[in-house]
Amino acid sequence: MSDGSDLFEQQRANRRGTRWLVLGFVLFFGWLGFGGDFVFHEMTRQAPAGDYHHVFPWCTIGMVIVSIAAVAYAWTTGPRKVLWSTGARRLEEPSTPEEKQLANVVEEMAIASGLPVPEVYLVGDPDPNAFATGWSEEASAIVVTEGLLRICSRDELQAVIGHEMGHIKNLDVRMMTLLAALVGAVALIHDGASRILSNGSDTSLLSTSRSSSSSSRSSDEKGGGVGVIVVIVAALWILSFLFAPLITRLMALAVSRKREFLADAMSAQFTRNPGALAHALEKIDDADAPTVSIRGAVAHLCIADPLGRPVNGRRGFFADIFGTHPPIEERVERLREMAYEGGPAAQPAPAG
Amino acid sequence: MAPILVLVVVLGAAGIWFVSAYNRLVGLKNQVANGWKQIDVQLKRRHDLIPNLVETVKGAMTFERGTLEAVIAARNQAIGVVRGGGGAAVPSAGEVRQLVAAENQLSGALGKLFAVVEAYPQLKATGNAAALQEELASTENKIAFARQLYNDQATSYNTAQQQFPTNMVAGMAGAAPAELWEITDAAEREVPKVNLAAT
Repeated sequence: MSDGSDLFEQQRANRRGTRWLVLGFVLFFGWLGFGGDFVFHEMTRQAPAGDYHHVFPWCTIGMVIVSIAAVAYAWTTGPRKVLWSTGARRLEEPSTPEEKQLANVVEEMAIASGLPVPEVYLVGDPDPNAFATGWSEEASAIVVTEGLLRICSRDELQAVIGHEMGHIKNLDVRMMTLLAALVGAVALIHDGASRILSNGSDTSLLSTSRSSSSSSRSSDEKGGGVGVIVVIVAALWILSFLFAPLITRLMALAVSRKREFLADAMSAQFTRNPGALAHALEKIDDADAPTVSIRGAVAHLCIADPLGRPVNGRRGFFADIFGTHPPIEERVERLREMAYEGGPAAQPAPAG
Repeated sequence: MAPILVLVVVLGAAGIWFVSAYNRLVGLKNQVANGWKQIDVQLKRRHDLIPNLVETVKGAMTFERGTLEAVIAARNQAIGVVRGGGGAAVPSAGEVRQLVAAENQLSGALGKLFAVVEAYPQLKATGNAAALQEELASTENKIAFARQLYNDQATSYNTAQQQFPTNMVAGMAGAAPAELWEITDAAEREVPKVNLAAT
């Protein structure tokens, strides 16, 4: 029946992961700032006594403040931003039988999982997909595309919603929403900073470092050595700055695969019907077209990869690192085993 | 000196374990009580929907008086079952069995009614009936899931009480095994016979 240890472990891992993510984020930006401080320090060290000596780590503190502000902003607006970026509309009063059925199914899965009923949102995309976002069991939302409503039977819809409730119960949504929000924030910072760097390139860093290394060459031998260190640190700093968005994305990918398997298992536990989720996944996979409403940072929150990337269709070590979702056939296999339905191609999906 | 220190550490660790085991049992017990209340919420919802259902089908199903009356009678009986005094109490075995009997009887009567409704196409044609059917199907699902959750929680609670070493704390925590929502009457396990030979 219920493997409580998996659930508690995952919740603890998510809480820990969220704390480490915030800490890592702030420290990383602090490191970038420190790089700037070090460069300025080296540049101004040779300056005559009356001029400015860069001693106080302004850059480090500045970057730490910026990153803390980014985290605070992501924390308070994360779910709203995620919902807004997909163009989702809230389902307050169901107007069609399909919407009423969706509202009922969400309530049913809330009961089965022992959680409060989350907010329900709809995205007008013909491609079937679903995701969950939010901070906690009490403050979460489930988003469903209209394509999903059209394609799935009641049982299959129930299974997909069960999967999303699993993510909410695990607190996966907290970790993944924070990641999505931070990736967005980093991209913004990176864009802004790139603009500053490119605009200032005539007057700023590069020319002053050139002048400082020439001045250090004109003094003793020791000064030459320092000049090399300055250039190396500056290069490292610039490299890490360029890679910051990439690193954040890699972190986003690394957390996703195992969670999907666990959420699948929790859906089976809630509905007691693993076959329904298997059929739903196959239908979603067959639909094949990318979900255009759901963009990059939110992709790892979805039940199936909305961008239809090939890496998510493969197994193996490399795919495990870079894939956001396990391959659908592996998920279907595991679900079929739960349902005692045997091997992968055991049964064709039933109509309707 | 050293043996006393070891004793203190051991006693301290045992004390901490005792407190956490006690608290865990209390937490599980409250979950079970809450799960039971959730079932009650869904059952009441069903009770409230039934008059509406009966009104909707009464006009079209003039020859099915018996079936309708069975539903109404079962509903009234189910409402009449005395619920516990509320609070954070796990329901007693007697209370559970009584409620299970009454509600299962209502489920049976409703099942027969649904099967009979299938024979009246004019009922299904009206949009009202389709919406009502979805409501009823959803209500039955919710009751089923609430029972499922309660059974899962009661099982966890019972298991924790029986496992060593938590079972040593169970008595002090006032933990008693919770009754699961089960089918106790063998007759209810029979598949209901649906007579499709009707007009």
